[in-house]
Amino acid sequence: MSNMAADGGTVQGKTGTAKDREKALRMYKFRKEYLGRGVVTACGLFIIILTVAIGVFLIIRGTGTFTKFHHSVAEFLFSSNWSPVDSATGSGGGVGAAVYIVGSLLTCGLALLFAAPCAIGAAVFMTEIAPKWGEKLFQPAIEIFVGIPSVVYGWIGLTVLVPSIRDVFHARMGGYSVLAAGIVLAVMIFPTITTVAADAIRSVPDYYRKGAYGLGSTRWQVIYRIVLPASKTGILTGVILGLARAFGEALAVAMVIGKTRAFPTSILSPTNNLTAAIAADMGNSANGGEANMALWSMALLLFLISMFFIALIHFIENRSAAALKA
Amino acid sequence: MTISGTSENIEQKNTADLCIKVENLHLYYGQFHALKGINMEIPEHEITALIGPSGCGKSTFLKTLNRMNDLEEGVRIEGKVTLNGTDIYRDMDAIELRKRVGMVFQQPNPFPKSVYENVAYGPRINGINRKSELDEIVERSLRQAAIWDELKDRLYKSALGLSGGQQQRLCIARTLAVEPEVILMDEPTSALDPISTSRIEDLAMDLKKDYTIVIVTHNMQQASRISDNTAFFLLGELIEYNKTEKLFSIPADKRTEDYITGRFG
Ligand SMILES: Nc1ncnc2c1ncn2[C@@H]1O[C@H](COP(=O)(O)OP(=O)(O)OP(=O)(O)O)[C@@H](O)[C@H]1O
Ligand SMILES: [Mg+2]
Repeated sequence: MSNMAADGGTVQGKTGTAKDREKALRMYKFRKEYLGRGVVTACGLFIIILTVAIGVFLIIRGTGTFTKFHHSVAEFLFSSNWSPVDSATGSGGGVGAAVYIVGSLLTCGLALLFAAPCAIGAAVFMTEIAPKWGEKLFQPAIEIFVGIPSVVYGWIGLTVLVPSIRDVFHARMGGYSVLAAGIVLAVMIFPTITTVAADAIRSVPDYYRKGAYGLGSTRWQVIYRIVLPASKTGILTGVILGLARAFGEALAVAMVIGKTRAFPTSILSPTNNLTAAIAADMGNSANGGEANMALWSMALLLFLISMFFIALIHFIENRSAAALKA
Repeated sequence: MTISGTSENIEQKNTADLCIKVENLHLYYGQFHALKGINMEIPEHEITALIGPSGCGKSTFLKTLNRMNDLEEGVRIEGKVTLNGTDIYRDMDAIELRKRVGMVFQQPNPFPKSVYENVAYGPRINGINRKSELDEIVERSLRQAAIWDELKDRLYKSALGLSGGQQQRLCIARTLAVEPEVILMDEPTSALDPISTSRIEDLAMDLKKDYTIVIVTHNMQQASRISDNTAFFLLGELIEYNKTEKLFSIPADKRTEDYITGRFG
């Protein structure tokens, strides 16, 4: 830059050259500054547009059940009569998705019950108890877990878990059950929660720990009175992300849940859930028909649930930031 | 952490008011010899200042007095430190020790909790859970730290919203709530403005009635203003240790003189 200016000074007379240089400089600046910024902005905008487009599309499709076929939202949410007419024009069937909704809630709740305590424990172990080990062994192991495709989890569930449940609990339906789905989901969301929770714990500044040790705390007291409270927002974020993942998972659950259209009577009985039901029927329902629209409504519901989780994360983070300032 | 060295347990208090006695203390960070044969007696109910250029081992020495070095890896200690006659490395549990020898850090580090919960932390981990008892300790500690009037209306607000000086006095109150015998302060005012600094100095002088205070400082004026004894460290060695007036008026060692007159450091 300073070179440029000095050169410009020495070549006063030759205005053409100076102008050329100025132009070259501008081009250079343009390329360096604006081009990069432009590309990044375009990518950002594209993502936003894509997200909004998907949302709008889902809303248009998903509300057809209520606008075009005049079913009530209450029927969709609370009725268990699922008998939509599967033709392009026919109507008058039932679109009660309650069985699927309950199935999703139960399996995800169960998964969370299994996974959250283990994951938080694992996160504490790999950060506070054995950080060296944690970095060398635990972290890579967990990253591998994240990378395993869900069909593999489902398959293992199918070949190991389902027969075990059948043999141990003598479950009807051969072990296909809420329990099997809950366990498979728990295994799948475990790494998500662990990773996010471990990051949150690592980001607790060391001077909090030092302060607590300085007052005569044991390691356990430092962990549960200082470190965990200080990282609870991040841990909760991990739990919610895990829950969101559980709600969205279709394949692995479909393989072990039994796919029966009835409320489960216990965690050992089979049922169905939103994702599995959509995945099973979406391909062979007549486009724009009542059944097709009802499936879209379930997709919209899943979308809203994940929106809700994201909003919840933001809410929790904002609130804890505000609480620290107050 | 490994301990080695002589271990005679025929230790008694030489004088009635001796609090901490350090004998031939060596500390190694791995290969690095950070403290080289420190001998020092720290009297009760007095303020003892540790001065010396950066990196000379003041903080390291301070941390040997409440075994905060245990938390670091690769630290090896030789020699002996006794608190009222008890060897703190061989005959005392580090957790117990830290309740008796509290610490205030350079950066104010209140927990991300309310003012009340910060002060109540120590009593709580010691099993005190009765609200009335905690209320009483919190008020007493904040009063002792001369910050009750400023904070009594915001006890349940986050401590992170306080000014740096208030945070530091809160940290002192938090330490007092555990009722230690000794308070270690590692440059407690270096992150503070002059007004907050003089408040902390007044507070320290006030507290020495009831507590033994060891304070690390970079500030020569601070050492001479508030301390009874001063120890000058250089490159891991204790060069000179004396009554503060003596050390500052007629330093025995040339290096001490150079340092306190600002010729190096
Ligand atoms: N954890 C550690 N591992 C290795 N070396 C260390 C460690 N902590 C301190 N040291 C070294 O020990 C020496 C003394 O450090 P110390 O922090 O005690 O100095 P200090 O006198 O407190 O300095 P300052 O005035 O800058 O705070 C320094 O050379 C430092 O680099
Ligand atoms: Mg220091």
